[in-house]
Amino acid sequence: MFGAGGGTSSYKEIEETDAIVLWGSNARTAHPIFFHHLLKGLSNGARMWAVDPRRTDSAKFADVWLGINVGSDIALANGVAHEIIDAGLENKEFIANATTGFEDFAAHVEPWTLKRTSETTGVPVEAIRDLAHGYANAEKAQIMWTLGITEHHTAVDNVLALCNLSLLTGHVGRWGSGLVPLRGQNNVQGGGDMGALPNKLAGFQDLADEEIRVKFETAWGSEIPPEPGWHLTDMFNAMGRGELRALYVIGENPADSEADVNHAREALEGLDILVVQDVFMTRTAEMADVVLPAALGWAESDGTVTNSERRVQRTRAAIKPPGDARQEIEIISDLARHLGDNSWGQPTAEDLWEELRTVSPMHAGMSWERIENEGGIQWPCPDENHPGSPFLHDRLWKQPAEGRLAPFSCVDDRPPVESLDDNYPLRLTTGRALDSYNTGVQTGKYNSPIRTGEALEVSTADAEKLGISTGERVIVSSRRGSVEMTVEIDPNLPLGLAFTTFHFPELVDVNQLTNSAYDLKSGTAEFKAAAIRVEKMIDA
Amino acid sequence: MSEPAKNPSETLVEITLNDKKISAPEGSTILDACKQANIDTPTLCWAENLTPVNVCRVCVVEVEGSRALVPSCSRPIEEGMVISTDSERVNTSRRMVLELLASSVELDRADKEIRGWITSYGSNPDRMGNSSEIKTSKQPVKIQDDLYVRDYERCILCYKCVEACGDDAQHTFAIATAGRGFEARISTEFDAELPDSACVYCGNCIGVCPTGALVFKTEHDMREENSWDPDNQKVTETICGFCGVGCNLELHTQDEKIVKVTSPSDHSVTEGHLCIKGRFGWQHAHPEN
Repeated sequence: MFGAGGGTSSYKEIEETDAIVLWGSNARTAHPIFFHHLLKGLSNGARMWAVDPRRTDSAKFADVWLGINVGSDIALANGVAHEIIDAGLENKEFIANATTGFEDFAAHVEPWTLKRTSETTGVPVEAIRDLAHGYANAEKAQIMWTLGITEHHTAVDNVLALCNLSLLTGHVGRWGSGLVPLRGQNNVQGGGDMGALPNKLAGFQDLADEEIRVKFETAWGSEIPPEPGWHLTDMFNAMGRGELRALYVIGENPADSEADVNHAREALEGLDILVVQDVFMTRTAEMADVVLPAALGWAESDGTVTNSERRVQRTRAAIKPPGDARQEIEIISDLARHLGDNSWGQPTAEDLWEELRTVSPMHAGMSWERIENEGGIQWPCPDENHPGSPFLHDRLWKQPAEGRLAPFSCVDDRPPVESLDDNYPLRLTTGRALDSYNTGVQTGKYNSPIRTGEALEVSTADAEKLGISTGERVIVSSRRGSVEMTVEIDPNLPLGLAFTTFHFPELVDVNQLTNSAYDLKSGTAEFKAAAIRVEKMIDA
Repeated sequence: MSEPAKNPSETLVEITLNDKKISAPEGSTILDACKQANIDTPTLCWAENLTPVNVCRVCVVEVEGSRALVPSCSRPIEEGMVISTDSERVNTSRRMVLELLASSVELDRADKEIRGWITSYGSNPDRMGNSSEIKTSKQPVKIQDDLYVRDYERCILCYKCVEACGDDAQHTFAIATAGRGFEARISTEFDAELPDSACVYCGNCIGVCPTGALVFKTEHDMREENSWDPDNQKVTETICGFCGVGCNLELHTQDEKIVKVTSPSDHSVTEGHLCIKGRFGWQHAHPEN
């Protein structure tokens, strides 16, 4: 955000903020322990707005639920911005000191009157006004989001639209005010930290920057290609074109988790060689030519992970991996040796960390010992005397602001790629359940008493229209595939919207339905907005 | 970009604690001051991550000028306060509290510390009669799922579980006290079976239970078959592998097997609390189970 690859705030800040905007996130279910901090904020008197098409378990704690039409987030953000400017509530001093492009932005959102915004988003005018005024007038305010913002073909623009609101009101760069993307997976942030992005090296340093490349080339003793690599979606496209012929998958189950999964499976089947390194025989592993059994990251390996508040923390081996499973560092080092590079040796997690510190300035001050002793450290931490950074961008509040000024972004409302029609009249959105995780590879192995299995949740009104009831089996079809599901009526869903989780692909292959249309900037597929049809099963 | 100081009031308050003058930050409780002075103070219903409810009365101390003994866990210190933690009155009271609790509740699986206090304060629960005959709310062990077990014969009604389930952490409010007097007990709504109740299985109640009334099913089963061996267990701190919050886990292992999972109450990410996945979702580490 504004040049840093992570959320701006610490979890603790939400306990002391005045306005909480949870946008496209069901944190009560998907990030329960972050939600504990949020609940403390509510106990301390904060007001809360929940923006979500569904009245989720999180939304039930909000003062106002804004039941938005799926994929109209930019329209709503632009409308909120318009109302803030129209009411003269923008933070003029902050805008002048720390931002660029305000005039253009104000002109850009000018057409987004309350009335038009309400018509596009389905959110009542009063609720939009309440959010705009409440957020702008709060002394401290936080916006947090999850995949409800990023699993759209407008993913990056959605994020920029929320950033605009924080710039407009100065709700960033101070304790209690900020922008918090809640990472869906344990070490998404850490993957980014380590340079697992096509155009970045470790520490979010630009691959395109020759000076940076030379620094890494010197440290690693090998040449680094200057062209950015592919993100996941590019890879599947390249497999489809026959350009990508060999794939090495580590700890991911794309044969279940990709949108339009039939298409993804075809692509995997067409490879010359598929190597899968995982802790279980996932569906992807079953397709592989070579399977490399690996140790569990959190219980059988030493290492680090980075969480959603940029805190680098230690994982430690508590038990030994079973059978032939090996440490991932060992597997990869051995692979390097077999590929003809004998220079790697047998590095430990600590060795790798020490090397990282020499090339990544944001991690330079985090010694292994400090991470151990201080319960994790939040980046950036440039030297050993630096305490780490609970929040980012206080530079924007310096007079004058330091570093690159934060730009407003003129982003446009673009509805979901797949529109509804007579054949596919219902919107399907996917999400998570409290007791399960992703494709269930790990969570499927404990007996949760609150697990209800996969169901197609539909609104009371749609169920009535379709003549279906809870427990009934139906055929659910999208333009890409068809699956059989059990119906569950959920009164928290609006008319026209259906919901399901995706934790039990062996029971219901939900991703046959989802749309692989994706955001060109991030590569993230539009899991949140497919068009479907629901049909009653005809008795045989 | 450092965190602003939480309590700008770094004012120190001077008190006399067991005839010694000490200073502690304003707003500290007597218990905080005792900890600072390395005075061992028994507590049952108090926990670092919960609001004091003042029900167990085992942490009481004598404050000069106060008619009754005061609970040290919740009473803030005041300038010039004179406190005794080791007077005959305090020791008698603590001994009696422990004696009465231990006479009515089975404490053999309670935290080691608690069993230690029963001995060190000279409590003799047996003088109240044959303990097996006077158990409060005698009831069978509740085993209603594979995750955790409720054995309320071991419950001293300290309310920690109710607090953790309620507004001190989880805000689920699945349990509360039901019944009165000898019938008082912790219960779900209408005594519903746990899987049918509002419970979401975060297990934060187990995390705070001091007496072994609420335990992991693994621990319960191992105790029943006599294989639970705390002296042979080690605790490894790591990070949960599920969502991106990055919760701190303490993996308790025995013979290369995870037997239970807790979280440190002094860490800023979790404050000791977890969700169902973090606390119970580890069984894939032992898929043969």
